[in-house]
Amino acid sequence: MISTHAIQQQQQQQMSADYPGMKPNEVSTGTTIMAIPTADGVVVGADSRVSTGSYVANRVSDKISQLSKHIVCCRSGSAADTQALTDYVRFYLQNLLVETGREPTVKTAAHLMGRLCYDNKERLLAGVIIGGWDASDGFSVYQIPLGATCLKVPFALSGSGSGYIYGLIDSEYRADMTAEAGRVLVKKAISHAMARDGSSGGIIRTVVIKPGSNDRDYTPGNELPFGPTGY
Amino acid sequence: SGEYSDFKAIINLLERKALEEETSVLSDSLYKSTAMSASQIWNYLRFVMYSKRNKFDPYWNDLVVAGTDSTTGKPFLGMIDKIGTTIQENFLATGYGGYIALPLLREKWRPDLTEGEARALLEDCMKVLFFRDCRASSRIQLAKAEKGQDGTTAAATFIVSDPYDLDMTGAWDAPSFVQAKGNLEDDGGW
Repeated sequence: MISTHAIQQQQQQQMSADYPGMKPNEVSTGTTIMAIPTADGVVVGADSRVSTGSYVANRVSDKISQLSKHIVCCRSGSAADTQALTDYVRFYLQNLLVETGREPTVKTAAHLMGRLCYDNKERLLAGVIIGGWDASDGFSVYQIPLGATCLKVPFALSGSGSGYIYGLIDSEYRADMTAEAGRVLVKKAISHAMARDGSSGGIIRTVVIKPGSNDRDYTPGNELPFGPTGY
Repeated sequence: SGEYSDFKAIINLLERKALEEETSVLSDSLYKSTAMSASQIWNYLRFVMYSKRNKFDPYWNDLVVAGTDSTTGKPFLGMIDKIGTTIQENFLATGYGGYIALPLLREKWRPDLTEGEARALLEDCMKVLFFRDCRASSRIQLAKAEKGQDGTTAAATFIVSDPYDLDMTGAWDAPSFVQAKGNLEDDGGW
């Protein structure tokens, strides 16, 4: 959803009929991304479809970007905007690491991303989810939707496909589930979203962040738990 | 392809036309009714689509007609778009197929393709279309129109398969696909 403030600004620019807010032919990660904290890890998942209108520009993209050793962000919205934001946040976090000698906290990374989104909210179309681990707060997930509100949340879903799976997550997510069970749930949920949302598809990438390790996983498009044909 | 309700309206028109043809033959008349062949249907639909276009109220469809040609008895393939443009060709495609499938078909089509080769070619096109069109599904149906065994010029056999899933083994396995791009040491995620 786009705030009316954003629409008034964008009416001065050329508006694409298909996707209000995007320039015509702009590349979008219309997408399904999610992050859920579990008892022993943060499980982050994303689909891999990047679309320009109804054409799939990249069917195997990686929408999970690492910001620092134990913090990742999932990107949705304009691919250019989110790549630029990720570059800035990585740069600032690397500087922080050098200056303080400590790994940055998830809170810092999230608020940094939120600050960049808020100060440029008229020009950006970016919805990000930040998830990770730090020594002071443990496992945390932050969501920064289109208006650049930065909120710590019990779990986060975002992107055009997320609306189809709120019910599934609301009924099956438990805060005390193990990271492995969380990974199974994330793959199931993203498969369901990919079956119903035209802008989500391809493969599922998941990352489980634990204090000692980041464990990446790849689920090919012909081994999805559900779909892609939907039934 | 296109608007399903308009497609059903067109099918309804064709069914009514066929029924009229069949039932208006007098039993003692010399006139023998024959089913409309594909080329005749194609011509009729051209008229239908163009008339609607002239009233600024088109049927929002791209139609492909396959079967036999009534004059020559040879296989026939033709297309009519929503404004009444007609094309007759050895291979046709609608939507993104024009960009993705037609080049593949132009390379691989031969007049002496066997049925198995033709099916494999179409499945390959549909697979690529599933990769690259947001609105496509990997579950498809294939249909075949064969001319009658008794040498009539109308298409006598017409079979539509049940929906089935395309074979996607290996479609997602390339090492560069599996490779993560978003880690710190990579170039920023794509």
